[in-house]
Amino acid sequence: MSTDTVAPTRMSAEDSARLRQTNKRRSRVGSVAYHVLMIALACVVLYPALWMLMSSLKPSSDIVGNVSLIPENGSLQNYITALDGIGGVSTLTFFQNSLIVAVLSVIGVVLSASVSAYAFSRVKFPGRNLFFSMMVATLLLPFHVVIIPQYIVFNNLDMVNTYWPLLLPKFLATDAFFVFLMVQFMRGLPIELDEAARIDGAGHVRIFSSIVLPLMKPSLITASIFTFIWTWNDFLGPLLYLKQPDLYTLPIALRLFVDQTTVSDYGAQMAMAVLALLPVMLFFFIFQRYLVDGVSTSGLKG
Amino acid sequence: MTPETLAPAKVAAPRPSHQKRRARAAETRAGYGFLTPWLIGFFLLTVGPMAASLYLSFTDYDLFGAPEFIGLENYQNLFDDPRFRQSVVVTVTYVVIGTPIKLAASLAVAMLLNAKRKGLGFYRSAFYAPSLIAASVSVAIVWKAMFIDDGIVDQVLSLFGIRLGGWVGNPDMTMPMFVLLAVWAFGAPMVIFLAGLKQVPQELYEAAEMDGAGKTRKFINITLPMLSPVIFFNLLMETIGAFQIFGSAFIISGGTGGPAGSTLFYTLYLYIRGFTDFKMGYASAMAWLLVIVVGIITVIFFRTSRSWVHYAGDSK
Repeated sequence: MSTDTVAPTRMSAEDSARLRQTNKRRSRVGSVAYHVLMIALACVVLYPALWMLMSSLKPSSDIVGNVSLIPENGSLQNYITALDGIGGVSTLTFFQNSLIVAVLSVIGVVLSASVSAYAFSRVKFPGRNLFFSMMVATLLLPFHVVIIPQYIVFNNLDMVNTYWPLLLPKFLATDAFFVFLMVQFMRGLPIELDEAARIDGAGHVRIFSSIVLPLMKPSLITASIFTFIWTWNDFLGPLLYLKQPDLYTLPIALRLFVDQTTVSDYGAQMAMAVLALLPVMLFFFIFQRYLVDGVSTSGLKG
Repeated sequence: MTPETLAPAKVAAPRPSHQKRRARAAETRAGYGFLTPWLIGFFLLTVGPMAASLYLSFTDYDLFGAPEFIGLENYQNLFDDPRFRQSVVVTVTYVVIGTPIKLAASLAVAMLLNAKRKGLGFYRSAFYAPSLIAASVSVAIVWKAMFIDDGIVDQVLSLFGIRLGGWVGNPDMTMPMFVLLAVWAFGAPMVIFLAGLKQVPQELYEAAEMDGAGKTRKFINITLPMLSPVIFFNLLMETIGAFQIFGSAFIISGGTGGPAGSTLFYTLYLYIRGFTDFKMGYASAMAWLLVIVVGIITVIFFRTSRSWVHYAGDSK
């Protein structure tokens, strides 16, 4: 390539014009090949999701083994079946339950992670570095080591079949990822702002609430979106703590639905699967930028 | 971070004035005040339960009676339990095969995306999307429907003359199915790789080109070393994450780990022992073994990283 660009000086004007044209053509061919490859890859990657979406519009007999995405006689019948719910509970109730858990979790994470991050990044006190490294260590800790004792405690407190076991950890900043994310973000904010405010007589509560908190909006949004999606998709927590169908969130309701509907009713299963992912897809389309940036700057997983 | 933040205290006047001492006490109070939610969560929901499960791992406990101390019996029983050994084999196979393939795929696509072309934002979003939903119950159901006998995967493969039948019911094919599900979620590490690739100074490639280096040479001598901190991060996080696969295995096998124990992932067996068989002591021993293994892997990763992870310059 480098020799091509050096060559023209030694060539006639006619030759160099021809060369420029072939180069252009070659790069256009390369560009077409690139996009063909990428679109093909995107089709393969998105196919399972599209297949789910399209299958939900097909009659059950036409799903298994049908590679085609276009429904021949599409209808919303599957969604009517799916919305009926399971065990005498409407799917709208599951939806509402999931929404309650997800929204309260978001509030919990935003509140608890932001104040913890403030302590770690803006206040000097003995023990801070020790606790900070412990917080980072919990990032790598397999969650399963705490579920059994947590279950025993929540069971003894009669909190099984309530949302407390799912929500309490969110309000107590146990999602170290978000604390870490916010600490990283806060460290990027100029400390001079705090100093100026302190000269004006502001204490930590004032500095936190009226200076730092408004400035860290991007990291709050990232944490909120991920918390919403993760709690919305969470399976193990609700599986452990929710035993009454009218309290079920969508993932475990979906599991019950699949277990109890006749094996062949794939249509309704697909419709319910789509419904269970609807808010996640919506969030993805609206907040793509925040999601991708959140992943690339802090290494949050999807 | 540590030395700089601690230094001023030592340099400060030998005998801090009354006022300064009061200010420092106020600062400490504020720090612990702001940290209160985290401290409660850390001790009550992490450290406490960890200690409790360590104790429970030495007991026989079924949630209803009192825990009965039995010493190391749970740990000894683990190694005689064929189902436990099966779960270790399944999980280790999944981690060792799935993680490298997933990371290789995500690096390859990230390099394709690290170009100056139109439409990159769209591709990046499209490739990233599956990682948001791959662990969901919905996708597990779709996966199961795709890989059953006469399902679409079977149909497409038979077009090429490959007749495998259903993957879901075939103990030899369930692992490839789970690996494919893991690889499908390559988007998250891909985005991290892409951010890393953008940090590699372009001059390095230009200099190598002057020396006549080809694409392979540039990849091995520039891209890989410059990217090694990101590779290290992704490798560590993906490995630890892969050990903890649960939801998809639960849904696809109907909570049994079948067929023939081929999807009996570690955490699934832990759940079955703890919450189906109510062998809480046994399950706690499993949980602690997982913590120890993950801890050892983390230490090994950090130790060996000194020889292959290069941090550019002396920044931080």
